[in-house]
Amino acid sequence: MPILRRNRKIFTEVFKYIFAFIILIGTLAPFLWLIISSISPEKELLAKPLQWIPSRHTFQRYVSIFTESENNKAAYVFRQAMGNSIKVALSVVVISLISGTIAAYSFARLKFRFKNKIIMVFLFTYMIPPVAIIIALFTILNELNLIDTLLGLTILYSSFTTPFVVWIMKGYMQSIPGDLEDAARIDGCSRLKALTRVILPLALPGLIATGILVFLLSWEEFFYALIFTSSVQAKTISVAISEFSGRHAVDYGMIATGGVLATLPPVILTLFFQRYIISGLTAGGVKG
Amino acid sequence: MRRPLSEENFAFILITPAVIIIFSIVLYPILKTLYMSFFNIDLTNPFSRPFVGLGNYLEILCGPTFWNAMVRTVYFAVVSISMEFILGISIALLLNEDFYGRWLLRSLIIIPWAIPTIVNGSLWRWIFNPQYGALNALLTQIGLIDSYQSWLGSPFLALNMVIVADVWKMTPLVVIMILAGLQTIPHELYESAGVDGANVLKRFFHITLPMLKPTILIVLILRTMETFKVFDIIYIMTSGGPANGTQLITYYTYREAFSYLQLSKGATLAFLISLTILGLSIIYVKALGTKTEY
Repeated sequence: MPILRRNRKIFTEVFKYIFAFIILIGTLAPFLWLIISSISPEKELLAKPLQWIPSRHTFQRYVSIFTESENNKAAYVFRQAMGNSIKVALSVVVISLISGTIAAYSFARLKFRFKNKIIMVFLFTYMIPPVAIIIALFTILNELNLIDTLLGLTILYSSFTTPFVVWIMKGYMQSIPGDLEDAARIDGCSRLKALTRVILPLALPGLIATGILVFLLSWEEFFYALIFTSSVQAKTISVAISEFSGRHAVDYGMIATGGVLATLPPVILTLFFQRYIISGLTAGGVKG
Repeated sequence: MRRPLSEENFAFILITPAVIIIFSIVLYPILKTLYMSFFNIDLTNPFSRPFVGLGNYLEILCGPTFWNAMVRTVYFAVVSISMEFILGISIALLLNEDFYGRWLLRSLIIIPWAIPTIVNGSLWRWIFNPQYGALNALLTQIGLIDSYQSWLGSPFLALNMVIVADVWKMTPLVVIMILAGLQTIPHELYESAGVDGANVLKRFFHITLPMLKPTILIVLILRTMETFKVFDIIYIMTSGGPANGTQLITYYTYREAFSYLQLSKGATLAFLISLTILGLSIIYVKALGTKTEY
Protein backbone atom coordinates (compact mmCIF):
# COMPACT_ATOMS: atom_id res chain seq x y z
CA MET A 1 0.00 0.00 0.00
CA PRO A 2 2.69 2.62 0.84
CA ILE A 3 4.54 1.76 -2.40
CA LEU A 4 1.37 2.21 -4.39
CA ARG A 5 0.82 5.56 -2.74
CA ARG A 6 4.37 6.68 -3.46
CA ASN A 7 4.06 5.62 -7.08
CA ARG A 8 0.89 7.60 -7.39
CA LYS A 9 2.58 10.64 -5.91
CA ILE A 10 5.49 10.38 -8.33
CA PHE A 11 3.01 9.98 -11.16
CA THR A 12 1.13 13.17 -10.20
CA GLU A 13 4.41 15.06 -9.84
CA VAL A 14 5.58 13.98 -13.29
CA PHE A 15 2.17 14.74 -14.76
CA LYS A 16 2.30 18.24 -13.24
CA TYR A 17 5.62 19.06 -14.89
CA ILE A 18 4.58 17.64 -18.26
CA PHE A 19 1.37 19.67 -18.16
CA ALA A 20 3.28 22.81 -17.11
CA PHE A 21 5.72 22.30 -19.99
CA ILE A 22 2.89 21.94 -22.53
CA ILE A 23 1.24 25.12 -21.21
CA LEU A 24 4.55 26.97 -21.44
CA ILE A 25 5.09 25.93 -25.07
CA GLY A 26 1.47 26.60 -26.00
CA THR A 27 1.60 30.06 -24.49
CA LEU A 28 4.92 31.15 -25.91
CA ALA A 29 5.35 29.33 -29.23
CA PRO A 30 2.98 31.42 -31.39
CA PHE A 31 4.41 34.67 -30.06
CA LEU A 32 7.99 33.41 -30.45
CA TRP A 33 7.17 32.52 -34.04
CA LEU A 34 6.13 36.13 -34.61
CA ILE A 35 9.48 37.33 -33.25
CA ILE A 36 11.44 34.74 -35.26
CA SER A 37 9.54 35.71 -38.41
CA SER A 38 10.50 39.33 -37.88
CA ILE A 39 14.23 38.58 -37.79
CA SER A 40 14.44 35.75 -40.35
CA PRO A 41 15.65 36.33 -43.88
CA GLU A 42 12.65 36.44 -46.23
CA LYS A 43 13.87 33.42 -48.20
CA GLU A 44 13.93 31.15 -45.16
CA LEU A 45 10.38 32.14 -44.17
CA LEU A 46 9.12 30.91 -47.52
CA ALA A 47 11.25 27.75 -47.59
CA LYS A 48 9.81 24.25 -47.74
CA PRO A 49 10.39 22.39 -45.50
CA LEU A 50 10.24 25.28 -43.12
CA GLN A 51 13.33 25.96 -41.02
CA TRP A 52 12.30 26.80 -37.47
CA ILE A 53 15.53 28.45 -36.40
CA PRO A 54 16.85 30.92 -39.00
CA SER A 55 20.43 30.35 -40.16
CA ARG A 56 21.18 34.04 -39.56
CA HIS A 57 19.15 36.83 -38.09
CA THR A 58 18.56 40.32 -39.36
CA PHE A 59 17.26 43.38 -37.55
CA GLN A 60 17.12 45.25 -40.84
CA ARG A 61 13.32 45.47 -40.77
CA TYR A 62 13.30 47.17 -37.36
CA VAL A 63 16.01 49.58 -38.47
CA SER A 64 14.12 50.45 -41.63
CA ILE A 65 10.86 51.17 -39.78
CA PHE A 66 12.59 53.64 -37.48
CA THR A 67 15.15 55.25 -39.75
CA GLU A 68 13.80 55.37 -43.26
CA SER A 69 12.82 58.78 -44.57
CA GLU A 70 9.31 59.87 -45.42
CA ASN A 71 9.79 58.49 -48.91
CA ASN A 72 9.22 55.05 -47.52
CA LYS A 73 5.49 55.37 -47.08
CA ALA A 74 4.93 52.24 -44.98
CA ALA A 75 7.65 53.02 -42.44
CA TYR A 76 6.54 56.64 -42.17
CA VAL A 77 2.87 55.73 -41.69
CA PHE A 78 3.81 53.18 -39.07
CA ARG A 79 5.86 55.69 -37.04
CA GLN A 80 3.11 58.30 -37.23
CA ALA A 81 0.48 55.76 -36.24
CA MET A 82 2.50 54.70 -33.23
CA GLY A 83 2.72 58.35 -32.13
CA ASN A 84 -1.03 58.82 -32.66
CA SER A 85 -1.80 55.74 -30.59
CA ILE A 86 0.35 56.99 -27.72
CA LYS A 87 -1.26 60.46 -27.81
CA VAL A 88 -4.80 59.10 -27.89
CA ALA A 89 -4.18 56.46 -25.23
CA LEU A 90 -2.61 58.95 -22.80
CA SER A 91 -5.38 61.53 -23.29
CA VAL A 92 -8.00 58.84 -22.77
CA VAL A 93 -6.27 57.69 -19.57
CA VAL A 94 -6.32 61.25 -18.18
CA ILE A 95 -9.92 62.03 -19.15
CA SER A 96 -11.48 58.77 -18.04
CA LEU A 97 -9.44 58.44 -14.84
CA ILE A 98 -10.51 61.90 -13.66
CA SER A 99 -14.17 61.75 -14.66
CA GLY A 100 -14.53 58.07 -13.76
CA THR A 101 -12.79 58.20 -10.37
CA ILE A 102 -14.76 61.13 -8.96
CA ALA A 103 -17.98 59.48 -10.14
CA ALA A 104 -16.86 56.18 -8.59
CA TYR A 105 -16.19 57.98 -5.31
CA SER A 106 -19.65 59.42 -5.21
CA PHE A 107 -21.22 56.04 -6.04
CA ALA A 108 -19.15 54.30 -3.39
CA ARG A 109 -19.33 56.84 -0.58
CA LEU A 110 -22.15 59.34 -0.92
CA LYS A 111 -25.90 59.07 -0.56
CA PHE A 112 -28.05 60.63 -3.24
CA ARG A 113 -31.30 60.12 -5.09
CA PHE A 114 -31.50 57.66 -8.03
CA LYS A 115 -28.03 56.34 -7.15
CA ASN A 116 -28.74 52.70 -7.89
CA LYS A 117 -30.57 53.53 -11.11
CA ILE A 118 -27.63 55.64 -12.33
CA ILE A 119 -25.19 52.84 -11.46
CA MET A 120 -27.29 50.44 -13.54
CA VAL A 121 -27.13 52.85 -16.49
CA PHE A 122 -23.33 52.96 -16.19
CA LEU A 123 -23.13 49.17 -16.08
CA PHE A 124 -25.33 48.93 -19.15
CA THR A 125 -23.23 51.45 -21.11
CA TYR A 126 -20.12 49.49 -20.18
CA MET A 127 -21.70 46.38 -21.70
CA ILE A 128 -22.87 48.01 -24.94
CA PRO A 129 -20.70 46.82 -27.84
CA PRO A 130 -19.35 49.59 -30.12
CA VAL A 131 -21.22 48.16 -33.10
CA ALA A 132 -24.53 49.03 -31.44
CA ILE A 133 -23.83 52.78 -31.60
CA ILE A 134 -21.26 53.18 -34.33
CA ILE A 135 -23.68 54.14 -37.11
CA ALA A 136 -25.26 56.93 -35.07
CA LEU A 137 -21.82 58.05 -33.90
CA PHE A 138 -20.69 58.20 -37.50
CA THR A 139 -23.48 60.63 -38.44
CA ILE A 140 -22.93 62.69 -35.24
CA LEU A 141 -19.16 63.01 -35.64
CA ASN A 142 -19.65 63.78 -39.29
CA GLU A 143 -21.85 66.78 -38.40
CA LEU A 144 -19.28 67.96 -35.84
CA ASN A 145 -16.38 67.59 -38.31
CA LEU A 146 -14.61 65.25 -35.90
CA ILE A 147 -14.10 62.37 -38.30
CA ASP A 148 -10.45 61.52 -38.94
CA THR A 149 -9.20 63.55 -35.96
CA LEU A 150 -7.35 62.51 -32.81
CA LEU A 151 -9.84 64.53 -30.75
CA GLY A 152 -12.77 62.57 -32.17
CA LEU A 153 -11.05 59.27 -31.41
CA THR A 154 -10.19 60.40 -27.87
CA ILE A 155 -13.85 61.28 -27.20
CA LEU A 156 -15.03 57.94 -28.61
CA TYR A 157 -12.58 55.91 -26.52
CA SER A 158 -13.53 57.81 -23.37
CA SER A 159 -17.09 56.60 -23.86
CA PHE A 160 -16.19 53.00 -23.10
CA THR A 161 -13.24 53.59 -20.77
CA THR A 162 -15.13 55.94 -18.40
CA PRO A 163 -17.80 53.40 -17.36
CA PHE A 164 -14.97 50.86 -17.05
CA VAL A 165 -13.10 53.15 -14.62
CA VAL A 166 -16.31 53.82 -12.66
CA TRP A 167 -16.93 50.09 -12.36
CA ILE A 168 -13.46 49.18 -11.12
CA MET A 169 -12.77 52.23 -8.95
CA LYS A 170 -16.13 51.89 -7.21
CA GLY A 171 -14.91 48.55 -5.89
CA TYR A 172 -11.60 50.03 -4.72
CA MET A 173 -13.29 52.96 -2.99
CA GLN A 174 -15.65 50.63 -1.16
CA SER A 175 -12.70 48.66 0.19
CA ILE A 176 -11.20 51.76 1.88
CA PRO A 177 -12.41 51.96 5.49
CA GLY A 178 -14.95 54.74 6.03
CA ASP A 179 -13.55 55.77 9.44
CA LEU A 180 -10.53 57.46 7.86
CA GLU A 181 -12.71 59.80 5.88
CA ASP A 182 -15.01 60.46 8.84
CA ALA A 183 -11.99 61.35 10.98
CA ALA A 184 -10.78 63.79 8.35
CA ARG A 185 -14.23 65.38 8.15
CA ILE A 186 -14.40 65.78 11.95
CA ASP A 187 -10.99 67.42 11.84
CA GLY A 188 -12.55 70.07 9.65
CA CYS A 189 -11.68 68.87 6.16
CA SER A 190 -14.16 69.84 3.46
CA ARG A 191 -15.62 67.03 1.36
CA LEU A 192 -13.33 67.88 -1.51
CA LYS A 193 -10.27 67.89 0.75
CA ALA A 194 -11.26 64.57 2.29
CA LEU A 195 -11.46 63.17 -1.23
CA THR A 196 -8.16 64.56 -2.51
CA ARG A 197 -6.09 64.21 0.68
CA VAL A 198 -7.42 60.98 2.19
CA ILE A 199 -9.26 58.85 -0.31
CA LEU A 200 -7.25 59.37 -3.50
CA PRO A 201 -3.84 58.55 -1.96
CA LEU A 202 -5.29 55.36 -0.50
CA ALA A 203 -6.83 54.46 -3.84
CA LEU A 204 -3.52 54.93 -5.66
CA PRO A 205 -2.87 51.22 -6.39
CA GLY A 206 -6.34 51.03 -7.90
CA LEU A 207 -5.70 54.15 -9.95
CA ILE A 208 -2.47 52.69 -11.33
CA ALA A 209 -4.16 49.39 -12.19
CA THR A 210 -7.11 51.10 -13.83
CA GLY A 211 -4.89 53.58 -15.68
CA ILE A 212 -2.83 50.77 -17.21
CA LEU A 213 -5.93 48.81 -18.19
CA VAL A 214 -7.39 51.90 -19.86
CA PHE A 215 -4.12 52.45 -21.72
CA LEU A 216 -4.20 48.83 -22.95
CA LEU A 217 -7.86 49.14 -24.00
CA SER A 218 -7.14 52.28 -26.04
CA TRP A 219 -3.91 50.92 -27.48
CA GLU A 220 -5.53 47.82 -28.93
CA GLU A 221 -8.84 49.37 -30.00
CA PHE A 222 -9.46 48.74 -33.69
CA PHE A 223 -13.14 49.00 -34.64
CA TYR A 224 -13.62 52.75 -34.03
CA ALA A 225 -10.17 53.54 -35.42
CA LEU A 226 -10.92 51.61 -38.62
CA ILE A 227 -14.15 53.47 -39.26
CA PHE A 228 -13.26 56.95 -38.01
CA THR A 229 -9.68 57.44 -39.21
CA SER A 230 -8.10 57.28 -42.62
CA SER A 231 -5.27 59.84 -42.83
CA VAL A 232 -1.75 59.62 -41.45
CA GLN A 233 -2.65 62.41 -39.01
CA ALA A 234 -5.20 60.30 -37.15
CA LYS A 235 -4.86 56.59 -37.82
CA THR A 236 -3.68 54.41 -34.96
CA ILE A 237 -1.26 51.53 -34.75
CA SER A 238 -3.92 48.84 -35.05
CA VAL A 239 -5.16 50.36 -38.32
CA ALA A 240 -1.58 50.61 -39.56
CA ILE A 241 -1.06 46.93 -38.74
CA SER A 242 -4.20 45.88 -40.61
CA GLU A 243 -3.10 47.92 -43.65
CA PHE A 244 0.38 46.44 -43.39
CA SER A 245 -1.15 42.98 -43.64
CA GLY A 246 -3.12 44.04 -46.68
CA ARG A 247 -0.51 46.04 -48.55
CA HIS A 248 2.52 43.92 -47.80
CA ALA A 249 0.57 40.87 -48.78
CA VAL A 250 3.76 38.91 -49.40
CA ASP A 251 6.22 40.56 -47.03
CA TYR A 252 5.48 38.44 -43.98
CA GLY A 253 8.66 39.52 -42.26
CA MET A 254 7.53 43.14 -42.33
CA ILE A 255 4.04 42.25 -41.05
CA ALA A 256 5.66 40.35 -38.19
CA THR A 257 7.96 43.28 -37.39
CA GLY A 258 5.01 45.67 -37.19
CA GLY A 259 3.20 43.14 -35.01
CA VAL A 260 6.10 42.82 -32.59
CA LEU A 261 6.45 46.60 -32.31
CA ALA A 262 2.73 47.04 -31.62
CA THR A 263 2.85 44.25 -29.05
CA LEU A 264 5.91 45.33 -27.07
CA PRO A 265 4.35 48.27 -25.17
CA PRO A 266 1.34 46.29 -23.85
CA VAL A 267 3.36 43.14 -23.10
CA ILE A 268 6.07 45.06 -21.24
CA LEU A 269 3.48 47.08 -19.29
CA THR A 270 1.57 43.91 -18.44
CA LEU A 271 4.60 41.94 -17.26
CA PHE A 272 5.94 44.91 -15.30
CA PHE A 273 2.67 45.86 -13.58
CA GLN A 274 1.25 42.34 -13.46
CA ARG A 275 0.15 42.44 -9.85
CA TYR A 276 -1.74 45.71 -10.34
CA ILE A 277 -3.36 44.49 -13.53
CA ILE A 278 -4.55 41.25 -12.00
CA SER A 279 -6.03 43.10 -9.03
CA GLY A 280 -7.79 45.45 -11.44
CA LEU A 281 -9.15 42.63 -13.57
CA THR A 282 -10.43 40.63 -10.66
CA ALA A 283 -11.93 43.76 -9.06
CA GLY A 284 -14.75 43.53 -11.53
CA GLY A 285 -13.75 44.57 -15.00
CA VAL A 286 -12.75 42.52 -17.96
CA LYS A 287 -10.94 43.74 -21.04
CA GLY A 288 -12.31 42.53 -24.38
CA MET B 1 -19.22 82.39 5.23
CA ARG B 2 -20.06 80.02 2.39
CA ARG B 3 -22.46 77.28 3.21
CA PRO B 4 -20.82 73.85 2.85
CA LEU B 5 -22.14 71.76 -0.03
CA SER B 6 -24.79 69.20 0.83
CA GLU B 7 -23.80 65.57 0.32
CA GLU B 8 -26.28 65.12 -2.49
CA ASN B 9 -25.19 68.22 -4.43
CA PHE B 10 -21.54 67.27 -4.03
CA ALA B 11 -22.36 63.81 -5.40
CA PHE B 12 -24.21 65.26 -8.39
CA ILE B 13 -21.29 67.56 -9.21
CA LEU B 14 -18.86 64.64 -9.06
CA ILE B 15 -20.83 62.39 -11.39
CA THR B 16 -21.59 65.15 -13.93
CA PRO B 17 -18.51 64.72 -16.19
CA ALA B 18 -18.96 60.94 -16.44
CA VAL B 19 -22.71 61.30 -16.97
CA ILE B 20 -22.17 63.84 -19.77
CA ILE B 21 -19.71 61.47 -21.46
CA ILE B 22 -21.95 58.43 -21.38
CA PHE B 23 -25.14 60.31 -22.24
CA SER B 24 -23.69 62.08 -25.26
CA ILE B 25 -21.54 59.24 -26.62
CA VAL B 26 -23.51 56.15 -25.67
CA LEU B 27 -27.14 56.74 -24.69
CA TYR B 28 -28.00 59.45 -27.21
CA PRO B 29 -26.46 57.38 -30.06
CA ILE B 30 -28.57 54.38 -29.00
CA LEU B 31 -31.73 56.49 -29.30
CA LYS B 32 -30.52 57.94 -32.58
CA THR B 33 -29.87 54.40 -33.82
CA LEU B 34 -33.44 53.47 -32.91
CA TYR B 35 -34.73 56.54 -34.78
CA MET B 36 -32.63 55.75 -37.86
CA SER B 37 -33.91 52.18 -37.90
CA PHE B 38 -37.45 53.44 -38.73
CA PHE B 39 -36.32 55.06 -41.98
CA ASN B 40 -34.80 53.81 -45.15
CA ILE B 41 -31.44 55.57 -45.24
CA ASP B 42 -29.30 54.32 -48.06
CA LEU B 43 -26.14 56.29 -48.78
CA THR B 44 -26.07 55.07 -52.34
CA ASN B 45 -29.31 57.04 -52.75
CA PRO B 46 -28.86 59.97 -50.34
CA PHE B 47 -31.77 62.19 -51.36
CA SER B 48 -34.68 60.04 -50.30
CA ARG B 49 -35.11 58.69 -46.81
CA PRO B 50 -38.69 57.46 -46.50
CA PHE B 51 -40.21 56.45 -43.17
CA VAL B 52 -40.72 52.70 -43.19
CA GLY B 53 -41.83 52.03 -39.62
CA LEU B 54 -40.93 48.50 -38.60
CA GLY B 55 -40.18 47.57 -42.21
CA ASN B 56 -36.44 47.14 -41.62
CA TYR B 57 -37.07 44.89 -38.63
CA LEU B 58 -39.48 42.71 -40.62
CA GLU B 59 -37.05 42.49 -43.53
CA ILE B 60 -34.13 41.48 -41.31
CA LEU B 61 -36.01 39.13 -38.99
CA CYS B 62 -37.69 37.34 -41.90
CA GLY B 63 -34.52 36.85 -43.95
CA PRO B 64 -31.94 34.10 -43.47
CA THR B 65 -28.75 36.24 -43.28
CA PHE B 66 -29.46 37.64 -39.81
CA TRP B 67 -30.30 34.25 -38.37
CA ASN B 68 -27.27 32.64 -39.98
CA ALA B 69 -25.05 35.31 -38.42
CA MET B 70 -26.81 34.82 -35.08
CA VAL B 71 -26.34 31.05 -35.19
CA ARG B 72 -22.63 31.54 -35.99
CA THR B 73 -22.33 34.02 -33.12
CA VAL B 74 -23.93 31.56 -30.71
CA TYR B 75 -21.69 28.74 -32.03
CA PHE B 76 -18.64 30.97 -31.61
CA ALA B 77 -19.71 31.86 -28.06
CA VAL B 78 -20.49 28.28 -26.99
CA VAL B 79 -17.36 26.67 -28.47
CA SER B 80 -14.85 29.39 -27.56
CA ILE B 81 -16.17 29.91 -24.05
CA SER B 82 -16.32 26.16 -23.28
CA MET B 83 -12.76 25.70 -24.51
CA GLU B 84 -11.61 28.73 -22.54
CA PHE B 85 -13.23 27.31 -19.41
CA ILE B 86 -11.88 23.78 -19.81
CA LEU B 87 -8.37 25.06 -20.49
CA GLY B 88 -8.65 27.96 -18.05
CA ILE B 89 -9.81 25.87 -15.10
CA SER B 90 -7.21 23.14 -15.73
CA ILE B 91 -4.40 25.67 -16.00
CA ALA B 92 -5.59 27.59 -12.95
CA LEU B 93 -5.71 24.34 -10.93
CA LEU B 94 -2.14 23.59 -12.03
CA LEU B 95 -0.95 27.10 -11.15
CA ASN B 96 -2.56 26.73 -7.74
CA GLU B 97 -0.31 23.69 -7.03
CA ASP B 98 3.29 23.87 -5.88
CA PHE B 99 6.02 23.18 -8.42
CA TYR B 100 9.37 24.60 -9.46
CA GLY B 101 9.02 27.52 -11.84
CA ARG B 102 5.43 28.22 -10.88
CA TRP B 103 6.08 31.96 -10.53
CA LEU B 104 7.56 32.03 -14.03
CA LEU B 105 4.60 30.26 -15.61
CA ARG B 106 2.23 32.49 -13.66
CA SER B 107 3.79 35.62 -15.12
CA LEU B 108 4.22 34.31 -18.66
CA ILE B 109 0.69 32.95 -18.94
CA ILE B 110 -0.67 36.48 -19.31
CA ILE B 111 1.30 37.28 -22.50
CA PRO B 112 -1.26 36.17 -25.12
CA TRP B 113 -3.89 38.34 -23.43
CA ALA B 114 -1.63 41.40 -23.70
CA ILE B 115 -1.13 41.01 -27.45
CA PRO B 116 -3.44 43.42 -29.34
CA THR B 117 -6.29 41.55 -31.04
CA ILE B 118 -5.35 42.84 -34.46
CA VAL B 119 -1.77 41.52 -34.06
CA ASN B 120 -3.15 38.25 -32.73
CA GLY B 121 -5.32 37.87 -35.83
CA SER B 122 -2.48 38.72 -38.16
CA LEU B 123 -0.19 36.30 -36.30
CA TRP B 124 -2.62 33.37 -36.63
CA ARG B 125 -3.36 34.17 -40.26
CA TRP B 126 0.37 33.82 -40.83
CA ILE B 127 0.50 30.54 -38.88
CA PHE B 128 -2.50 29.18 -40.87
CA ASN B 129 -1.11 30.37 -44.20
CA PRO B 130 -1.85 27.69 -46.84
CA GLN B 131 1.55 27.92 -48.58
CA TYR B 132 4.10 28.95 -45.95
CA GLY B 133 2.26 28.64 -42.65
CA ALA B 134 3.86 27.22 -39.53
CA LEU B 135 0.90 24.94 -38.79
CA ASN B 136 1.19 23.22 -42.17
CA ALA B 137 4.96 22.91 -41.75
CA LEU B 138 4.65 21.48 -38.24
CA LEU B 139 1.94 18.96 -39.11
CA THR B 140 3.72 17.71 -42.25
CA GLN B 141 7.09 17.49 -40.49
CA ILE B 142 5.68 15.30 -37.71
CA GLY B 143 3.70 13.32 -40.30
CA LEU B 144 0.13 14.16 -39.29
CA ILE B 145 -0.85 15.49 -42.73
CA ASP B 146 0.50 14.61 -46.18
CA SER B 147 0.02 17.91 -47.94
CA TYR B 148 -0.48 21.55 -46.98
CA GLN B 149 -4.06 22.45 -46.05
CA SER B 150 -6.00 25.64 -46.58
CA TRP B 151 -7.06 26.21 -42.97
CA LEU B 152 -9.06 29.33 -43.67
CA GLY B 153 -10.31 28.12 -47.04
CA SER B 154 -13.63 26.46 -46.19
CA PRO B 155 -16.43 28.15 -44.22
CA PHE B 156 -16.85 25.87 -41.21
CA LEU B 157 -13.17 25.04 -40.79
CA ALA B 158 -12.31 28.76 -40.99
CA LEU B 159 -14.81 29.56 -38.24
CA ASN B 160 -13.19 26.96 -36.00
CA MET B 161 -9.69 28.21 -36.78
CA VAL B 162 -10.73 31.76 -35.84
CA ILE B 163 -12.05 30.30 -32.58
CA VAL B 164 -8.61 28.73 -31.96
CA ALA B 165 -6.98 32.15 -32.30
CA ASP B 166 -9.56 33.72 -29.98
CA VAL B 167 -9.19 30.96 -27.38
CA TRP B 168 -5.40 31.36 -27.38
CA LYS B 169 -5.73 35.05 -26.56
CA MET B 170 -8.58 34.90 -24.06
CA THR B 171 -7.81 31.76 -22.02
CA PRO B 172 -5.23 33.63 -19.86
CA LEU B 173 -8.00 35.94 -18.69
CA VAL B 174 -10.09 32.98 -17.52
CA VAL B 175 -6.98 31.53 -15.83
CA ILE B 176 -6.42 34.78 -13.92
CA MET B 177 -10.02 35.08 -12.78
CA ILE B 178 -10.33 31.41 -11.78
CA LEU B 179 -6.95 31.47 -10.02
CA ALA B 180 -8.11 34.47 -7.98
CA GLY B 181 -11.28 32.54 -7.16
CA LEU B 182 -9.29 29.43 -6.15
CA GLN B 183 -7.20 31.47 -3.75
CA THR B 184 -10.29 32.51 -1.81
CA ILE B 185 -11.27 28.89 -1.04
CA PRO B 186 -10.34 28.20 2.61
CA HIS B 187 -7.77 25.44 3.04
CA GLU B 188 -9.67 23.85 5.91
CA LEU B 189 -12.37 22.70 3.52
CA TYR B 190 -9.89 20.46 1.69
CA GLU B 191 -8.26 19.28 4.90
CA SER B 192 -11.52 18.06 6.35
CA ALA B 193 -12.36 16.42 3.02
CA GLY B 194 -8.93 14.77 2.98
CA VAL B 195 -9.64 13.25 6.39
CA ASP B 196 -12.93 11.89 5.09
CA GLY B 197 -10.99 10.11 2.37
CA ALA B 198 -12.34 12.04 -0.64
CA ASN B 199 -10.30 11.54 -3.78
CA VAL B 200 -9.11 14.25 -6.17
CA LEU B 201 -12.13 14.15 -8.47
CA LYS B 202 -14.57 14.15 -5.56
CA ARG B 203 -12.81 17.11 -4.00
CA PHE B 204 -12.96 18.96 -7.31
CA PHE B 205 -16.66 18.38 -7.90
CA HIS B 206 -17.81 18.74 -4.29
CA ILE B 207 -15.61 21.59 -3.04
CA THR B 208 -13.70 23.42 -5.77
CA LEU B 209 -16.38 23.72 -8.42
CA PRO B 210 -19.21 24.85 -6.08
CA MET B 211 -16.89 27.39 -4.44
CA LEU B 212 -15.89 28.73 -7.86
CA LYS B 213 -19.50 29.11 -8.99
CA PRO B 214 -19.76 32.90 -8.51
CA THR B 215 -16.48 33.52 -10.38
CA ILE B 216 -17.47 31.17 -13.18
CA LEU B 217 -20.84 32.89 -13.50
CA ILE B 218 -19.32 36.36 -13.81
CA VAL B 219 -16.72 35.29 -16.35
CA LEU B 220 -19.31 33.34 -18.30
CA ILE B 221 -21.67 36.28 -18.66
CA LEU B 222 -18.94 38.80 -19.46
CA ARG B 223 -17.41 36.52 -22.09
CA THR B 224 -20.84 35.89 -23.62
CA MET B 225 -21.40 39.62 -24.01
CA GLU B 226 -17.96 40.05 -25.47
CA THR B 227 -18.85 37.68 -28.28
CA PHE B 228 -20.95 40.57 -29.58
CA LYS B 229 -17.77 42.63 -29.81
CA VAL B 230 -15.82 40.06 -31.86
CA PHE B 231 -14.78 41.96 -34.94
CA ASP B 232 -11.04 42.68 -35.21
CA ILE B 233 -9.97 39.07 -35.41
CA ILE B 234 -12.49 38.30 -38.16
CA TYR B 235 -11.67 41.44 -40.12
CA ILE B 236 -7.98 40.57 -40.21
CA MET B 237 -8.17 36.78 -40.55
CA THR B 238 -11.04 36.11 -42.94
CA SER B 239 -13.05 39.31 -43.63
CA GLY B 240 -16.17 37.33 -42.82
CA GLY B 241 -15.49 34.75 -45.52
CA PRO B 242 -15.20 32.27 -47.09
CA ALA B 243 -18.85 32.23 -48.23
CA ASN B 244 -19.82 34.29 -45.13
CA GLY B 245 -18.70 31.33 -43.01
CA THR B 246 -17.15 33.57 -40.35
CA GLN B 247 -19.65 36.41 -40.58
CA LEU B 248 -20.73 36.93 -36.98
CA ILE B 249 -23.42 39.44 -36.06
CA THR B 250 -21.01 42.38 -35.54
CA TYR B 251 -19.26 41.82 -38.83
CA TYR B 252 -22.62 41.52 -40.61
CA THR B 253 -23.77 44.85 -39.16
CA TYR B 254 -20.49 46.52 -40.12
CA ARG B 255 -20.78 45.23 -43.64
CA GLU B 256 -24.39 46.36 -44.14
CA ALA B 257 -23.63 49.86 -42.86
CA PHE B 258 -20.13 50.58 -44.09
CA SER B 259 -19.61 48.37 -47.15
CA TYR B 260 -23.12 48.39 -48.63
CA LEU B 261 -23.92 51.83 -47.08
CA GLN B 262 -27.36 50.65 -45.91
CA LEU B 263 -27.26 52.83 -42.79
CA SER B 264 -30.76 52.13 -41.56
CA LYS B 265 -30.44 48.39 -42.06
CA GLY B 266 -27.22 48.57 -40.06
CA ALA B 267 -28.99 50.68 -37.42
CA THR B 268 -31.75 48.09 -37.17
CA LEU B 269 -29.22 45.32 -36.60
CA ALA B 270 -27.39 47.53 -34.10
CA PHE B 271 -30.56 48.14 -32.12
CA LEU B 272 -31.34 44.43 -32.07
CA ILE B 273 -27.85 43.90 -30.62
CA SER B 274 -28.52 46.57 -27.96
CA LEU B 275 -31.72 44.77 -26.95
CA THR B 276 -29.86 41.46 -26.65
CA ILE B 277 -27.18 43.09 -24.51
CA LEU B 278 -29.83 44.73 -22.33
CA GLY B 279 -31.34 41.29 -21.71
CA LEU B 280 -27.92 39.82 -20.89
CA SER B 281 -27.13 42.77 -18.57
CA ILE B 282 -30.29 42.11 -16.60
CA ILE B 283 -29.27 38.46 -16.19
CA TYR B 284 -25.80 39.66 -15.16
CA VAL B 285 -27.16 41.97 -12.46
CA LYS B 286 -29.46 39.22 -11.17
CA ALA B 287 -26.53 36.81 -11.04
CA LEU B 288 -24.37 39.35 -9.23
CA GLY B 289 -27.19 39.94 -6.78
CA THR B 290 -26.65 36.43 -5.46
CA LYS B 291 -23.13 37.47 -4.50
CA THR B 292 -22.75 39.47 -1.34
CA GLU B 293 -20.17 41.95 -2.56
CA TYR B 294 -19.64 44.10 -5.74
